Amino acid sequence: MKLIINGEAIDVPERIRTVADLLEHFQLNKKIAIVEVNACILQKEQYATATLNSGDRVEIVHFVGGG
Amino acid sequence: MLKIGPYEFHSRLLLGTGKYPNFAIQKEAVEVSGAEILTFAVRRMNIFSPEQPNFLEQLDVTKYKLLPNTAGAKTAEEAVRIARLAKASGLCDMIKVEVIGCDKTLLPDPVETLKATEMLLEEGFIVLPYTSDDVVLAKRLQDLGCHAIMPGASPIGTGQGIINPLNLSFIIEQATVPVIVDAGIGSPADAALAMELGADGVLLNTAVAGASDPVKMAKAMKLAIEAGRLGYEAGRIPKKRYATASSPMEGMSTV
Repeated sequence: MKLIINGEAIDVPERIRTVADLLEHFQLNKKIAIVEVNACILQKEQYATATLNSGDRVEIVHFVGGG
Repeated sequence: MLKIGPYEFHSRLLLGTGKYPNFAIQKEAVEVSGAEILTFAVRRMNIFSPEQPNFLEQLDVTKYKLLPNTAGAKTAEEAVRIARLAKASGLCDMIKVEVIGCDKTLLPDPVETLKATEMLLEEGFIVLPYTSDDVVLAKRLQDLGCHAIMPGASPIGTGQGIINPLNLSFIIEQATVPVIVDAGIGSPADAALAMELGADGVLLNTAVAGASDPVKMAKAMKLAIEAGRLGYEAGRIPKKRYATASSPMEGMSTV
């Protein structure tokens, strides 16, 4: 399946169905990450049920140093 | 005690977390500063290097209140989106509204800042807008119901200190919410002056992170802010043109 993750077209394995799967695939499930799919911000509780489809635009952001 | 919305803080220093030489120095600087509020930015994650260290993940987040900023936003809508992303972390409900209107000076866009503040207040955020030192704009932000006003001392990262103390004192005089001087502080003297003028707090980043010894500067800023606050509370003497002797004139022993 092809997703646009953080602006980049990325092929992910077909077994990835949900946002939780995606985070686990990239080993980000333990990180403090915030996910937006097609401009819709998800709450953590939604990760396991939010399904992904080919062509979805996924943003994965986190907190970095800033003033 | 500094009160912002429902929260109370002992420290009047708000510390930024950008541009430190390394995490070890940063951690020590944060500790020494006594800051209870730390600012962060929201950015895309590098998904291909999950092992990359992240400062926030090394912090005991129960000890600090996080104040994410909307840096990078140029419109109210962009700022609102970043604020929502930050809140979705489940770690914070305060937001520093930062909408830049000029790339060279990094001065805030007053119109978009006002708009973003209004939208975020409606969504229930604790809103602290970073604003220019404009007295009327500060009033307008306050009228909207923002939880603190954060006028810049001078442009971000310049270390020029308070370039318009008169405006700043006008803002402080008419404020009914905390005034936190944000951006442009260069030295402990600048921070102390802000506090002596009656500011409720100081937010700084580069002045500590960029110092030759960030840990020592963090301590210096902490002390300067405490000293400035005490000075303000104590009430300084008025300035006079001519001298008045401190020692009595009577009882002089002469030969």
